[in-house]
This record gives sequence, C-alpha cells and structure tokens, in this order.
Amino acid sequence: MAANFSNSLVRWIDHRLPVFSYLRHAAYDYPTPKNLNYWWNFGSLAGISLAIMIVSGIALAMNYTPHVNHAFDSVERIMRDVNYGWLIRYIHMNGASFFFIVVYIHIFRGVYFGSYKSPRELLWILGVIILLLMMATAFMGYVLPWGQMSFWGATVITNLFSAVPLIGESLVTWLWGGFSIDNPTLNRFFVLHYLFPFIIVSIVLLHIVALHRFGSNNPLGIDIKYPNDTIPFHPYYTIKDAYGLGVFLILFAGVVFFAPNFFGEPDNYIPSNPLSTPLHIVPEWYFLPFYAILRSIPDKLGGVISMFGSIVVLLLLPWLDRSPVRSGHFRGVFKIFFGILLIDIVALGYLGGKPSRGMYVIFSRLATAYYFAYFLVILPVLSKFDSSRLLPKSISTPMPEVNGIE
Amino acid sequence: MSGESAVDEHINIPHHSWSHTGPFDNFDKAALRRGFLIFQNVCSTCHGIQRLAYRNLADLGYSENKIKSIASEAKVLYNKNGGLELYERPALPSDKFTSPFPNEQAARDANGGSLPPDLSLIIKARPNGLDYVRALLLGYESTPMKFNLMSGLHYNTYFPGHQIAMPQPLYGDDVTFEDGTPSSIEQEAEDVVTFLAWAAMPEMEERKRIGVITMIFLVIFTLLLYATKRRIWKNVK
Repeated sequence: MAANFSNSLVRWIDHRLPVFSYLRHAAYDYPTPKNLNYWWNFGSLAGISLAIMIVSGIALAMNYTPHVNHAFDSVERIMRDVNYGWLIRYIHMNGASFFFIVVYIHIFRGVYFGSYKSPRELLWILGVIILLLMMATAFMGYVLPWGQMSFWGATVITNLFSAVPLIGESLVTWLWGGFSIDNPTLNRFFVLHYLFPFIIVSIVLLHIVALHRFGSNNPLGIDIKYPNDTIPFHPYYTIKDAYGLGVFLILFAGVVFFAPNFFGEPDNYIPSNPLSTPLHIVPEWYFLPFYAILRSIPDKLGGVISMFGSIVVLLLLPWLDRSPVRSGHFRGVFKIFFGILLIDIVALGYLGGKPSRGMYVIFSRLATAYYFAYFLVILPVLSKFDSSRLLPKSISTPMPEVNGIE
Repeated sequence: MSGESAVDEHINIPHHSWSHTGPFDNFDKAALRRGFLIFQNVCSTCHGIQRLAYRNLADLGYSENKIKSIASEAKVLYNKNGGLELYERPALPSDKFTSPFPNEQAARDANGGSLPPDLSLIIKARPNGLDYVRALLLGYESTPMKFNLMSGLHYNTYFPGHQIAMPQPLYGDDVTFEDGTPSSIEQEAEDVVTFLAWAAMPEMEERKRIGVITMIFLVIFTLLLYATKRRIWKNVK
C-alpha cells in the first residue's frame, strides 16, 4: 500500500503499522452509494450505543458489588452517594433500551431492503449473532441490581433450560452454580455481563470487515455500476451520521433526564425476595415479542424451541428469500406482508406483557403463526413471482416504470 | 371473593396534580419539611427509611445544627474495637436513618405477622407511585356489607385485594405544621408523598437542571450539524 502521507511521522508509523492507510481506506477510498437514506444511520448509531454501554458499564462496575446481600444496596449507593452515579446508571439502564431500539430498526431496515441477500449473507449472520449476544448480555445485566424482577426474571428464563430432554435439570443446576438462584449465579452473571460486550465488539469488527468487502446495500438494492453512483464516506456520511447521532442523543437525553424509569419495571425497586413472587413476571420490553412466542405454545419444550427458533429463522433468511430483487421498494406484494410483519411483532410485544389467558393466548398464537409463516412460507413463495425486469439500470440512472407508476 | 379475582380487579387510582413532576419543577421545600414531620410522627413508628442519611435532610433546607439535633434523637448501636458487645450512641448526620425494628422478624412480630416495607424507594417501587400511595393513605373506608374481611386486616379502596394490614395512618390534625398550613388529611397525604418522592429520587432537582442545559446544547448542536450536512450534500446529485 502506498504510504504517501505528507506528515513524515505518520508515514514512518504507517510503513510499519498501516493504521492510517486503513483509516484512509475506510474514510475516502471506500465507495459508498450516494442514495443511502436515513434508515442507514442506524448501523453507526448501534456502534455508538455499544460504546456508550461499555463506558458507562465500566464506571458502574467500579462501584457495584456482585453479592446477593450487597448488590441492591450497592446500586442504591451508586444512585445516592457516588458523584453523578445516578447519571451513569440511568445512562446505562436506558442505554440498553435505546441500543435495542436502534438495533431493531437496523435489522428491519435490512429485512426490507434485502441487505441479507448475496453477497452479504455472512454480514447478515454476524449481525444475528450480535443480536443473540446482546440479548444474553441484557438479560444478565438486568439480573445484577438484584431486585424482584431481576430475581424472578432470572428464575423464569433459566428454568427454560429444564425443558431440554434428559439433561434439563442438570443443565439448570450447572447454570445456577447450585440448587437455586443464589450468590454463585449472581457472580457468574456479573462476570459474563462484563465479558460479553467485548465479544460483541470483536464480532462488530468482523461485521464491519464483511461490510467493507462489498460495501453498503442501498435503498434501490442494486449494485454499484459507475463511479458516479458513489461518494466517499467522509465527509458525506460522517456528517450525515453525526446529524443522526444528534437527533438520537436528544431523544436519549430526554428519557435519561426527564423520564429515567419510563422503560423500567417498578418491582425492580423492591429488593429480591425468593419467598415472594411478583403478581406478573414480565421481562424487559425488548424481550416481550419473544416472551409472547414462548408462552403461546402450550408445551414447555415446544415454547422454548419456538422462542429460539424465532431467531434461528433470521439466520436462514438469506436462503428463505430467493427473490432476485433485493429492495422491498420494487416488490409490491412483499411490502404488504412486510407491513403486516411489523404490526405482528408490535402485537407480540403487547401480548408478551399481558397475562397469558383468554383472548390474549389466542392472539399470541395467531401472531406467532404469522411470524413463522412470514419467513418459512410467505417469503419462499413470494420469491417465485419476483423478477428483476423492472429494476433501474444504475443508482444514477432515472428509474423506468417502477413504483406502480405507468 | 377469591384471591385471584380480587388481586386482578382493576382499581382506578385517582389522579392528583403534583407540584414537582414537570420538567422544570423542583420539590416544594416547605412541603418536604411538612412531609418529613408526618413521616417522623406517624410513619416512622412502623416504617424505616434506611437509604436516607440524616445529612440528606440538608436538601429540605434544614441547617447543620438542626440536622445534628434531629439525628441525635435517634440511637444507633455500635461495637467497640470489633467486640461482640453493642453500645448505644446518638446518631450523627453521617448515619443512615435508624429503622423502628432491629430485624424483619421483630417487625413481623410487632405487626401481626405483616412486614411494614421500608419507604426509601416506595414511590419508585409501585406503579404510578405518587398517585397510588396518596390514594392508599386516603382510601380507608368502612368495610362494604358483602366483603369478607379477614381479622386483623383493614379495608382500603385502593389496595390490591382491598385488605391491608396497615391500620389507617392519617386522620387529619395528626400533626401541627410549623408554617401554619392546616393539617387536613388531604394536605398531610400530599406532603408525606412529596417527602417520600424526594426520598426515592433525591437526585431529581440536579437531574432536571443538568437535563435542561444538556437539551439546549444538544438541540443547538444538532441544528448546526443539520446545516452542515445540507451544505456538504449540496452538490450531490
């Protein structure tokens, strides 16, 4: 790589360790489609959210005590006696919710615009692995304050593993580090909650390497053909991402400073008590759709398989949707089913927070059925009817008859 | 009435308008002091507020000497040189509030088997905590004809299941306020809930103050970023 930097120190370093070449590649040589819309802001927002979580989390860990007798008190000490401890904790607590909001939007942007399709299958799969790791991290983090919902949420979720045939009970004992959720459980959850984010960082780096192999997909879902289809990442997308970050931070700060317990569950301000079960055990909002799928199946093992299956199906997405057209923009019927899928997932989220009885159960089953039908039936069938005939020739070429316009 | 349906019954909690809930609102210090008086004279007989230290009362506008004298009325146990024997000394401003009972069992024994919860976080620990606790304090009524009340419990309109172990705590004129505010039961309930809200989130005033400055900065900064973005993208066709 030609090290033609004007600064001699930079040149000296770059010759031995090509970090500046790499940065230049990422900022200037890396061609980015010029037509990315604001839905493409959420990737960088997710990365920034991860950084916010790690920095605030390290500060919290310096003041937190992972012991069943002291965890709740140490969190309250952070809230009351540590300088700006309330700010650090509210950033971390709400940061988790905002991280999931951003990542969910990022995922459904990919689903709509076909960002998972060839040649970006591994990019997509790495993303789903990041989602799984995020979920595990968030779940274990929620246990750490050791409030009522921490304890009972952990009880419900770890007990799911007892559904595994033959080894279920032993598996749960192994996860707990004992015969009930106790100090060893809290300790290992703390250790893993601290470890996982750094594994996420490493997979995010792979995600970016895979992204840079073929570059971003774009709203038209067609490949870059001519040089004038692209613009350099810097300054065009750095400034666009910075503006998006500003909007994100306004919303984030609004919640942190003015409604810090908006996403929270009041029960978690009650210290955990193994002898008193809360009336309704509900997970954090970002798990509710999966919780609804879990509970919609009358069989325990079936429920667990469905819940994990709802994510595994995302891993298979690149092979379930065989349509040659990437962008949902050019797929009229697809748009309808995709819209229903979004409504369906919001409905699952709502149902996950309701008691499982009566009409709630029936609607949960219908919504679960649609979720799986979308991926396993609707997409494979729709793929057969799409053709790439109507696609524009290039990003810069005005579109032929598309969008249903004659 | 079965337990299940009693607990799942939807109870409408009356909405009250609070003076400290808006984005620019601070706690009314006079209300906090009135609420503290009620807490000390009524609630603290059975309920602790152990996450507060006496020094925190500076937020209510009390002087250092006043806080010292409030603290010294409580007695804390300590041991000399790590010995097993416990000695009593007056509390200092740096001490946490002492609880009325030495442990959970003692609290249950003194309250017919029920545990009066610590009130440090009660407003955050209940859905719609402000309105709920206020309604609960005002919700004692005579037991309806058909209602089967268990012995030792009390009928409360707003408590889930309507049977609460806590006897009616406030009747009106339970205390005499230093500032001359009439101590009606509504006034007392509002003030003590305001005090408990402060106890649950003593950071509120600082949080909102920093929040307003942060929001002003972020909005201006974001507008500048937007203008810069428009400028940079002007030539992209």
